[in-house]
Amino acid sequence: MVNKLSPWERILIARHPKRPTFTDFLNELFDNFLELHGDRLFGDDPAIIAGFGSFENESVVIIGQEKGKSIQEKMKRNFGMPHPEGYRKALRVMKLAEKFSLPVISFIDTAGAYPGIGAEERGQAWAIANNLKEMSLLETPIIVVVLSEGGSGGALGIGVGDYIMILENAYYSVISPEGCASILFRDSSKAPEAAEALKITSEDLLKLGLVDEIIPEPNGGAHEDFLGTVENLRKALSRVLKKYKNKETRVLLEERWIKLRSYGRFVEEEEK
Amino acid sequence: MFRDWFKKDEKNNSRDIPDGLWIKCPQCSQIIYSKDWNENYKVCIKCGYHDQLTAWERIDLLIDYGTFKEIYKNVAPVDILGFTDTKPYTQRLKEAQEATGLKDSILAGQGEVNGIPIYIMVMDFRFIGGSMGSVVGEKVVRVVERAIVDKFPVVSVIASGGARMQEGLFSLYQMAKTSAAIGRLSKAKIPYINILTHPSTAGVLASFGSLGDVIIAEPGALIGFTGPRVIEQTIKQKLPEGFQKSEFLLEHGMIDMVVERKKLKSVLYSILNHLWRKVW
Repeated sequence: MVNKLSPWERILIARHPKRPTFTDFLNELFDNFLELHGDRLFGDDPAIIAGFGSFENESVVIIGQEKGKSIQEKMKRNFGMPHPEGYRKALRVMKLAEKFSLPVISFIDTAGAYPGIGAEERGQAWAIANNLKEMSLLETPIIVVVLSEGGSGGALGIGVGDYIMILENAYYSVISPEGCASILFRDSSKAPEAAEALKITSEDLLKLGLVDEIIPEPNGGAHEDFLGTVENLRKALSRVLKKYKNKETRVLLEERWIKLRSYGRFVEEEEK
Repeated sequence: MFRDWFKKDEKNNSRDIPDGLWIKCPQCSQIIYSKDWNENYKVCIKCGYHDQLTAWERIDLLIDYGTFKEIYKNVAPVDILGFTDTKPYTQRLKEAQEATGLKDSILAGQGEVNGIPIYIMVMDFRFIGGSMGSVVGEKVVRVVERAIVDKFPVVSVIASGGARMQEGLFSLYQMAKTSAAIGRLSKAKIPYINILTHPSTAGVLASFGSLGDVIIAEPGALIGFTGPRVIEQTIKQKLPEGFQKSEFLLEHGMIDMVVERKKLKSVLYSILNHLWRKVW
């Protein structure tokens, strides 16, 4: 698989207006989807969809960030930028998965957690931190799929898991290339350079050991060949779910910890 | 008291003003004799403005004199991505290391709070905005692992703008790594206390910075997920007075207390005493 596009061109594909969104994958990959609503604390965040579904005749819990398609739906879903309620709903439903021994499949597609007054008042940072902690301890397998945009803490807030997949043209980054360009390069028009420097393409992330598998998008990308992309994702999910199905919980959690523990590169200098 | 600031690490006092000079409070512009400024823990006697402390000053404020032992001092950052913006990351690191005397933005060690042994991690905002890259994540995890073995409470003092961009997704993943570590600490039932200082934001707040059993903030600190400028640009309206300040967070139920700097150690001691000193 050779992809000759620049990181910035890949980002434009990840944000392509015709690119399939989470609900497209939800409808193709799963049967009997039943959506669950609300965080039981404050509200229901339409930027995150959560519920039960069947994958190859077995029940799973599905979480996903949805940007919306029509302008009305985009506004309703806040362009896929979750509030704290979204993260808390996701965790609530993941706790159901733990309780009833169902695997979790979590789909990431967000520019980031919503930067707004209400989000801050209701503890956006607390909601995300709590998800990171609780997902690291959740006693059931968690498979993560980065569909298009993996925008910073807003993505990671539903992105801690045992196995991380990323679609070929998706990106996953600590900050948006635009944000990085305006802060570090002092010029937001330098987003293409920032995209290059941040190493955010699927191939770079696989090389760095930060994702486990790339899902190939055939024939020019998911917006050109949606069913081909779905088929590749289905095969990967099927294989990975089987691998985790009978894993003892103690082993699962220990392996998840070792994986999280291993992220990072540093040196340890000799004592002078 | 801050009696040993100058003795301990002369390089760390770039912000200090030598005795005999006057300084101007950044908030109320009151002119204050620098000796008084330092003796009042860099808090303005007129308006209560809390100036930022270096990591070593923080240790002197909170830890019993002569009990602090630094650990994991030599864990140092590397330029994983070959990152260059307006200057190379390697140069930024070198400059920060020279300015602070630290290898990265966090200082870790063991010490005592009125006789109670603890592990403490302190962030230094002068080091690339107290940003979190691989070194911060690794040191947090090692401190937590050690605290679980030794059964010592853990205190973290936050001063950070968030994840460090120059280490890309590695930095983002430190949020998951540190949060997972705090999860293990919590399962081991070891106290973990956050002290939020100005500023405590983004990736550090949304991970080990807000997972404390008890969360204390200094007055007037900026505490939030997204910085106020980005929020204003997004929602295109002006933010209310005091938004994302410690007192605002207290009002919204996100922190346990706002404690002025000179009472910080005694409050910390009181919490540790309640949670840990008691032997049944």
